Amino acid sequence: MVLIDQLSPDAPRVARHPGVVDERGARRTLRTQIARLERELGETILAAFPHVTEPAGAAPPALGAGPRLLDLGELERVRDDLAERIRRARVGVAGRAELEAESRALLEEMLRDPKRHRHVRLPVADLGERGCGAYSVRPRLGVIGMLAGWWHVKLSSGCPLPAPA
Amino acid sequence: MSDQAGEDPIEGAVAPELAAELPGLRLRFAVIDGVAGRTPRALRLRLEDVSNRFRGANAIALRTRPVPRAYRVFFRQVGLDPDVDRTPVEQAAIARLVRGELHTGDRVSDALVLAVMETGVPVVAFDEDALAGEVVLRAAGTGETLPAGAYAHDVPRGRLVLADDGGPVAVLFGRMSDRHAAERGCTRVRLVAVQVPGVPSAHVDEALWLAAGGLSEDGA
Repeated sequence: MVLIDQLSPDAPRVARHPGVVDERGARRTLRTQIARLERELGETILAAFPHVTEPAGAAPPALGAGPRLLDLGELERVRDDLAERIRRARVGVAGRAELEAESRALLEEMLRDPKRHRHVRLPVADLGERGCGAYSVRPRLGVIGMLAGWWHVKLSSGCPLPAPA
Repeated sequence: MSDQAGEDPIEGAVAPELAAELPGLRLRFAVIDGVAGRTPRALRLRLEDVSNRFRGANAIALRTRPVPRAYRVFFRQVGLDPDVDRTPVEQAAIARLVRGELHTGDRVSDALVLAVMETGVPVVAFDEDALAGEVVLRAAGTGETLPAGAYAHDVPRGRLVLADDGGPVAVLFGRMSDRHAAERGCTRVRLVAVQVPGVPSAHVDEALWLAAGGLSEDGA
């Protein structure tokens, strides 16, 4: 006769340790979020370069201590820090967009009525364009134009003249 | 590699607790009969080609490319800020922009730079004859040190390290033991690449092959 071990239906359940398993799942979720936020931050910075630079984040505690496995709290701080950087980058992008819109409106006004914008200088960088030139309202024919009220918008290249040797 | 041309890189060991926490984290290595010393002409020409193709726009967009981004993500996940402690590929990119070239004159450094610039995967080189046993990726234990000349740097418990049977030989993506680094005079080199989640194995293998090729006799 063979005695076979068999679990009694009345036997108590084996107690699990849900904290350990749940924390690992939570850490995995946080790492996934960190990956997504890093991608978003990179795309935001790249799209707005060079007008918006990487916002410095508040370094989570113990950063600079070298690579190690982070616990749940540390991963949360990294995630929150990334989210804050993205928020500040987007604020920067929005501010930049507002500046460019205002600059385009100003340029239209300058072209429409140069006389009202005498000596106004608008860098092309403020319009989101490349280069170091600037739109400026200058008098035609120098002093004569200034006295006669002849003003026009000029676009300079912005490149400095070579310095004397 | 591994004394036979065309042999694939070998899978290294990652500590179980690390592998469980970071699925996709892998170690791959290859042992080659390499030659350290000055950079041969073939390798220098390859580096010049890579350098000529790499411009500021590439550096700016680097962080959005899949493999460099995977390393940036991994850096954040292990407590490093990649904007402070640059990933190896970004370090090389910045060096290229600052110096105007990638070539340094040291063969091992140049072979590793070639690998990381072409693939985004960092490779480290150890003197195979100085290693004791296999190189594994694990967390440092209490009281472990990293050899540095006549002294030793304390390695905090839990720091992620590459270690052989004698203890840590390099901090992950950080300081390396100068007793184990592949330098002038060594003839056998162990090339080790850490594959982080999100990096295809093909990139890792290619990085190891590129580094091995740079350390081969003709540098091709």
